[in-house]
Amino acid sequence: MSILLRTDGLHKSYGGVRALDTCTIEVGEGTVAGLIGPNGSGKTTLFNVITGYAKADAGEVYLADRRITNIAPDKVFALGIGRTFQLTRIFPSLTVMENMLVASQHSRSGARKRAMEQLEFVGIAGYHGTLAGTLSYGQRKLLELAYVLVADPAIILLDEPAGGVNLSLVNHIAARIRELNAAGKTFLIVEHNMEFVMGLCHQVTVLDSGTVVAAGPPEIVRTDRRVLDAYLGEDIEDAEEDSGEADDGASR
Amino acid sequence: MSEGHVASRKVLNRFGGLTGLRLAGIVVLLAGALAFPVVYPSPTATNYGVYALIFVAVASAWNFFSGFSGYISLGHAVFFGSGAYALGIAARDWHVTGSGVFALLPLCAVVGALIAVPFGLIALRVRRHTFIVITIAVFFIFQLMAYNFSFTGGTTGLDAPFLPWAAATYNNPFYYIALGCAVGAIAMAWLIRRSRFGLQLRAIRDDEDRARGLGVRAMRVKLTAFVLSGAVTALVGGVWFFYLTQVQPPSGFDPLFDLSVVLMAFLGGIGTVSGPVLGALIIEPGQLYLTANTNGYISEILLGALFLAAVLLMPRGIIPTGGEYFRRLTTRGRAAIPAIPPASQRAAAPSGPRSDEGATREDGALEAARRRAGETL
Repeated sequence: MSILLRTDGLHKSYGGVRALDTCTIEVGEGTVAGLIGPNGSGKTTLFNVITGYAKADAGEVYLADRRITNIAPDKVFALGIGRTFQLTRIFPSLTVMENMLVASQHSRSGARKRAMEQLEFVGIAGYHGTLAGTLSYGQRKLLELAYVLVADPAIILLDEPAGGVNLSLVNHIAARIRELNAAGKTFLIVEHNMEFVMGLCHQVTVLDSGTVVAAGPPEIVRTDRRVLDAYLGEDIEDAEEDSGEADDGASR
Repeated sequence: MSEGHVASRKVLNRFGGLTGLRLAGIVVLLAGALAFPVVYPSPTATNYGVYALIFVAVASAWNFFSGFSGYISLGHAVFFGSGAYALGIAARDWHVTGSGVFALLPLCAVVGALIAVPFGLIALRVRRHTFIVITIAVFFIFQLMAYNFSFTGGTTGLDAPFLPWAAATYNNPFYYIALGCAVGAIAMAWLIRRSRFGLQLRAIRDDEDRARGLGVRAMRVKLTAFVLSGAVTALVGGVWFFYLTQVQPPSGFDPLFDLSVVLMAFLGGIGTVSGPVLGALIIEPGQLYLTANTNGYISEILLGALFLAAVLLMPRGIIPTGGEYFRRLTTRGRAAIPAIPPASQRAAAPSGPRSDEGATREDGALEAARRRAGETL
C-alpha cells in the first residue's frame, strides 16, 4: 500500500499556543483513516494546514511524493484534496445545483450531469433547485460531501461528518463513505463518534496537544494506554465501571 | 408544433432563462428607450434621459462587481472621475475637437481598467468593512490628486471641447451613446450572472474561504470583476464629462456619486440584473427633479432618507421583494411551486436522509422558490 497523504513534523502555533507539534501522519491510498483526539488536540488545525487554510510554521505536507506545504486552498483542491468543515459550510444563497457547480471542473453540460449523479448518490437530488440556505443541517452535511465529490478528488478530508446529525443519517453517511472507499477513494476523517470511527476506519491516528500519541488499526489503538490516558481513558473506564455496576445489580 | 415554433424555442433556449414573455418585455422596453427622444424631443426630457441612462450603466457596472461578489465598493467614483479626466486630458493634450472626442471613449475604459488593477490588488486583500474603508480612502486620494496636480487643471478642472450642435437636438447623440452604455452594462451583468465566472463571484459573496477550498481562484475572480466594472464606469464617466462639458475635482470625484449608485442598487435589488436598472431609473430622475425644483440640499436629505427607508423596510430591494409578492398573488389558491422533489427522484434515493427539521423544510423550500423567482427577474 502506497502512502497518498503524508505530513512530516508539522509545527503550528497560534500566539503562545502550540496547535501542532512535530505532527507526522500517514494515510495509505485506498484506506479510510481516522483522526481522533480530545478537543483542542489540533485535528482541525492539521486539516487547515494540509488544505492550505493555515500556514505551517515548520514541517512538510506531501500528496503522494509531491510537496504541497503552504500552497493556497484552491491549488490544494485542484491537486486532488477535497475537504468538509466541522461547521458545515455551503453557499446559502445559491441553489443546491449551483453549489455543486462551484466545485465542478467539468464543462457545462458534463458538470450538471456529474453533479446530479453525486446528488443522487448522497440522496438529495430532489432538492437540486432549492436554495441551499433552506436545507436542514443534515442535508447540508450531505451537500458538502456531494460537492467535494463532484471534482473527483484523490483524497477526501471529512471534519466531523457525523457531528450533530441523527443516527439514521450517521448510518447513511457511513454507508456512502464505505461505497466510495470500495470504489477506491481515500478518506481522512476527524470524528468524535467513536462507534463511527472504529466501525469505519482501517487506521486510526490519535492526536494529543498537537502530537501523534498513537497510530494503527482501531482495535490496537483502542487498547493503547497512552490513548486511554489522552482521550478515551476516562470515558471507557467510566463506561466499563458503569456497565459493571449495572451487571452487578442485575445479577443480584 | 410548427417548425417555426420549434426554431423560436431553440432561439429562446439559447438565451436560456429568457421566457417569451420576458423577451417580449425587453424588446418593448428597448423600443421605448429608442423612441423616447422622438416622443419627448424637448431638451429637458432628453436631459433626464441622458442622466438616467448614465446611472443605469454605472449602477449595473457597480452591481456586477459589488452586488455579485458582496464587496461593497464606495470608491467607484475613482473610475467615474478618472474616465472624465482621461477624456478631458487626452482631448486637450492631443488637440482632439468636435465629435472626434467620442473616439477617445475606449481610452477611458482602458484608464479605468489600468487603475482598477493596482486598486483591486490592494483593496481586495481585505474584506467587508475594511474593504469599504479602503475604497473610500482611495477615493479621497484621487480627489486630492485631482485638486493638486497641474495636469488635471487643479481646482478649476477641465473643460470639454465645444460641440457645434443645434441646441434643440444637442442631447440626442448623447442619449443614444448613454443608451448603448446602459444596454452594454446590463448585457454584461446578465452574461456574468449566467456564467461560471458569475457563479464563482456569488459563491465568494456567500463564503469566500469555502469557495477557495473548492478550487475558486478568488483573487483572480474578484479582480477580473473589479477591472471590468471599473472599465465600464470610467467609460461612462467620459460620456458624462463630454455631456456636462466640464469636470472639477468635487464633481468628478463626488462622494454623493458613490452613495447614489449604492442606493440605486440597494433600492432596486442588489445582486439582481434588473434591480440596479430600476433603482437608477427611479432615483436619478427624482434627484434631478428635486435639484431643479427645490433647494439643492432638500434632494440630499431626501436621498439619505430614502437610503434609510430602503435598507430598513426593504433590505433586499424592490425586485426581489416585489417578485416574491407577485408570486404569492399568482399562486394563491393553487398548488404552489413544487417544494418537494419529484416522486421519481425521491424514489431514486430510498435510503435518503430525512430532514432533522422536516416539518419546516417544505415551507423553507417554498420560500426559497419564491425568493428565486424574485431574484432572477
